[in-house]
Amino acid sequence: MSEIKTQNVHIDSHEEHHDDHAHHETFISKYIFTTDHKMIGKQFLMTGIFWALIGGALSLIFRIQLGFPEADISWMRPMLGEWITPEGRLDPEFYLALVTMHGTIMVFFVLTAGLSGTFSNFLIPLQIGARDMASGFMNMLSYWFFFASSVVMFSSLFIETGPAAGGWVVYPPLSALEQAIPGSGLGMTMWLVAMALFIVSTLLGGINYITTVINLRTEGMSFSRLPLTIWAFFITAVIGLLSFPVLFAAALLLIFDRSFGTAFYLSDIYIGGEALPQQGGSPVLYQHLFWFLGHPEVYIVIMPAFGITSEVISTNARKPIFGYRAMVGSLLGIAFLSFIVWAHHMFVSGMDPFLGSVFMLLTLVIAVPSAVKVFNYLTTLWKGNIVFTPGMLFSIGLVSLFISGGLTGIFLGNSAIDIQLHDTYFVVAHFHLVMGSAAFFGMMAGVYHWFPKMFGRMINAKLGYVHFWLTFAGVYLVFFPMHYIGIAGFPRRYYTWSSFETFSNIFQDLNAFVTIAAIITFAAQFIFLFNFFYSIYRGRRAPQNPWHSNTLEWTTPIEPGHGNWPGAIPTVYRWPYDYSKPGAADDYIPQTVPYSETPESNTDFENELAALEKESGVEEVDETKE
Amino acid sequence: MDNTLLILGAFGAILILVILITVFRVITLVDVAKGSDKKRASGSNFNNALLMPIFGLLFLGGIFYYSWASFEDYKLPVASDHGVKTDELFWITMLVTGGVFVITHILLFWYSWRYRFSEKKKALFYPDNTKLELAWTIVPAIALTVLILSGLFVWNDITADAPEDAINIEVMGYQFAWGVRYPGNDGELGDYNYQLIDNTNSFGVNFNDKAALDDFMPLKLVIPKDTPINLNIRARDVLHSVFLPHFRVKMDAVPGMPTNFHFVATKTTDEVRSETKNPDFKYEMACTEICGRGHFSMRLEVEVLTKEEYKKWASEQKTWVNMNQDYFTEGNGKRFELPKLAEEGQENEEKLSVNAAL
Ligand code: HEM
Ligand SMILES: [Cu+2]
Ligand SMILES: [Cu+2]
Repeated sequence: MSEIKTQNVHIDSHEEHHDDHAHHETFISKYIFTTDHKMIGKQFLMTGIFWALIGGALSLIFRIQLGFPEADISWMRPMLGEWITPEGRLDPEFYLALVTMHGTIMVFFVLTAGLSGTFSNFLIPLQIGARDMASGFMNMLSYWFFFASSVVMFSSLFIETGPAAGGWVVYPPLSALEQAIPGSGLGMTMWLVAMALFIVSTLLGGINYITTVINLRTEGMSFSRLPLTIWAFFITAVIGLLSFPVLFAAALLLIFDRSFGTAFYLSDIYIGGEALPQQGGSPVLYQHLFWFLGHPEVYIVIMPAFGITSEVISTNARKPIFGYRAMVGSLLGIAFLSFIVWAHHMFVSGMDPFLGSVFMLLTLVIAVPSAVKVFNYLTTLWKGNIVFTPGMLFSIGLVSLFISGGLTGIFLGNSAIDIQLHDTYFVVAHFHLVMGSAAFFGMMAGVYHWFPKMFGRMINAKLGYVHFWLTFAGVYLVFFPMHYIGIAGFPRRYYTWSSFETFSNIFQDLNAFVTIAAIITFAAQFIFLFNFFYSIYRGRRAPQNPWHSNTLEWTTPIEPGHGNWPGAIPTVYRWPYDYSKPGAADDYIPQTVPYSETPESNTDFENELAALEKESGVEEVDETKE
Repeated sequence: MDNTLLILGAFGAILILVILITVFRVITLVDVAKGSDKKRASGSNFNNALLMPIFGLLFLGGIFYYSWASFEDYKLPVASDHGVKTDELFWITMLVTGGVFVITHILLFWYSWRYRFSEKKKALFYPDNTKLELAWTIVPAIALTVLILSGLFVWNDITADAPEDAINIEVMGYQFAWGVRYPGNDGELGDYNYQLIDNTNSFGVNFNDKAALDDFMPLKLVIPKDTPINLNIRARDVLHSVFLPHFRVKMDAVPGMPTNFHFVATKTTDEVRSETKNPDFKYEMACTEICGRGHFSMRLEVEVLTKEEYKKWASEQKTWVNMNQDYFTEGNGKRFELPKLAEEGQENEEKLSVNAAL
């Protein structure tokens, strides 16, 4: 009860706030230093799109190297300058820098900030019935820390010694010693600074998401009535809060090792003609710390995509999501397990093989809740009435990609098999399907689905279909062949394989094919970009509830202002998945419709709830319907 | 030249933009004319639904075809005892996951087509089914347990302590090559210390240790068939990783933390040559941990001989001490106490050639 009271107080004070703000909203307070969660969400989205383009472009450069190692690429010199050798080839060190920056950008800046940042911000208050985040100011800070981090990371691309080049995992000693690779000089320093800022941003955002979900749910919005999107964002934020500080610590110790002569990660090193004084550190320690974040991080990336997909699939299959409890349960299970599987990235790092056995066990356990999710999605489609919006297409694509990529995890999680597959292209195939592509598809599903809410206009569906089919075929053509290349033993992060007879004379054609597919897939994204930006201004005006959806965000005005609902915040009476309920006239019943208004479709239990609604007198009942 | 490229690029971009805008306009107009923007699901819904099974067919068909057709390319010959077992695990897992892959994808693409939208239909309200959910939690759990257990036995065998009679060979990674060191006649690798490393003594071998005197360091890794080999792995600058693809061997080389991997090779180089009908076949060692500029070129040739051939080869190798006598008379090696050791007398004097070094 007391919870509800504070809620009301908050609402009132906010309404006043809202009113006197609206009058002197300037360009700066509206678009730049905004505290409105919707605008902050859009800021994250725009920055995420920018980074996706950069990250994608970098990958094309190294894909050209892999597909056409003999090609003369002097034409890139105006852009890349000295990184193109006099013979017109890519510099091998810059190749590594490209791989490193591509990974860092995609994992953190696109699929963490761009995905969680966009949708947690945009959807949490709208779907739980809140005027804004718990702290709009912290939320604003979260974006601007991300922006600062982006500026530093982006600048590092242009410095003379090149950006960080030790792989996105930046294992020391390589990342600690400038003598080992020039990218470990200033470039690595900037990488660390950018990541520190990034972590601050993530934590500020995460604290806000958690607080908001716990405290600001509207009346009737119990946890068991939360849309799965919110569950996913909530749990993601908790994982982030617990794991990112560990990366921060790892980075901090690395900074000490780099600049202050400590030896957390360094020992017995002879490099550049001299034996370094550091002794007693352990490079394996860094790997443990990194993957303690790193593995949860991959779930931080995929869980919001799961949430979005659950929502979109249920809405467009016109069916309740199958097994709501199991869906929440599997999210919780994955979240918990994601903290105790990290060492599966280290089976052959030299750690105690017994640990390897333990982590193999735990890793394969995590496949169970993942499988449950897939089966539940399939059953949700079964006997549905499926409307293929672009959002729905991307959600179905996600399910396919998650299956394809998840299954290869079962090979890798088996330490005996992983001996051969570790650090080959098989791993690259695995995580680009299960994480990269699947999360990207989740993000796209979200953009297409909530575009009308974000901009008050419809995004062109037909261009969306073209975008989907090209991208769906494209990512499979790019990443599926990598399985074969990996099974043949090709190591990853190789500038070329021609030094080895084992890896020469095969698959050069396949690598060229992959490169061409990558270029086409990348080009297809410009269809989306055009559609996105053009529709913001020229799209058809959005109706109130374009997808006939149950969740609260569609009860706000078509273009909600600061504070989201002009009047009181609606009360919630039911879960968000009453689609195609037997007896109901429509194939959806929004969360704001009380049971007492739907006697024709209520179950016995819901009739009891309807009676309670009457007692508390929350809503007048339409007697005539009975 | 550069400018024309830029102008062409800009021109192309504008052209594409104009095309996209036109397409966008046309689609919008057609939708309005047909009234399909008001409908729940227009003709596109049918097309998208139909594309699903078509895509599914091409997708699964393509995978099966390519997996079949290029089998010879991606199937890497296996030449170690444990490799046979891990390959077996790999293919068992392939069978299990392949089945799941095909079934789930057929369902996914079939349902998408079968249950496409129709105004006349209503979806089935089917929020849960505890039994079903329990079933598909437990069945994968059991399947995974079987996979885990079979993996566990193999893993434990592979990572058990090396057998007593294994030949210890040291492999050291550095930017950007591999060094190998053999224990010599005494079967024992001499001590090392990274602070003793210099331009000549790249391993940092401590030549005050008697066991080091007969160590030899050839330019390739040569091993006998059917004999347990224990690789003593280390790195002297950054992380590297020993990868012997044909032997299914991989282990990181870590500065400051020696690691090891033992295995038994089952085929000599010659045997694989006749088996694959490739007279130039060579085993190779690669690096699989990013280590800098030359990461992609850290190649070491590996040769497997019969036991007899190996014995002969090993007996022909000159010790490092013998090969680098200048080092001890003029170079940094003066700091070692070779003379004293020589006086104590070694069993294999002429081979060691310590006296010769003085
Ligand atoms: C079905 C459950 C899964 C299992 C059993 C599994 C297992 C593994 C294992 C053992 C590795 C290490 C492979 C190696 O380096 O040798 C790995 C790598 C990876 N996995 Fe998964 N995985 C699963 C699902 C996922 C999901 C859902 C994601 C992300 C959303 C993901 C993302 C990654 C990434 C990013 C890497 C590679 C990191 C790197 O080395 O750069 N995995 N996975
Ligand atoms: Cu992991
Ligand atoms: Cu390397």
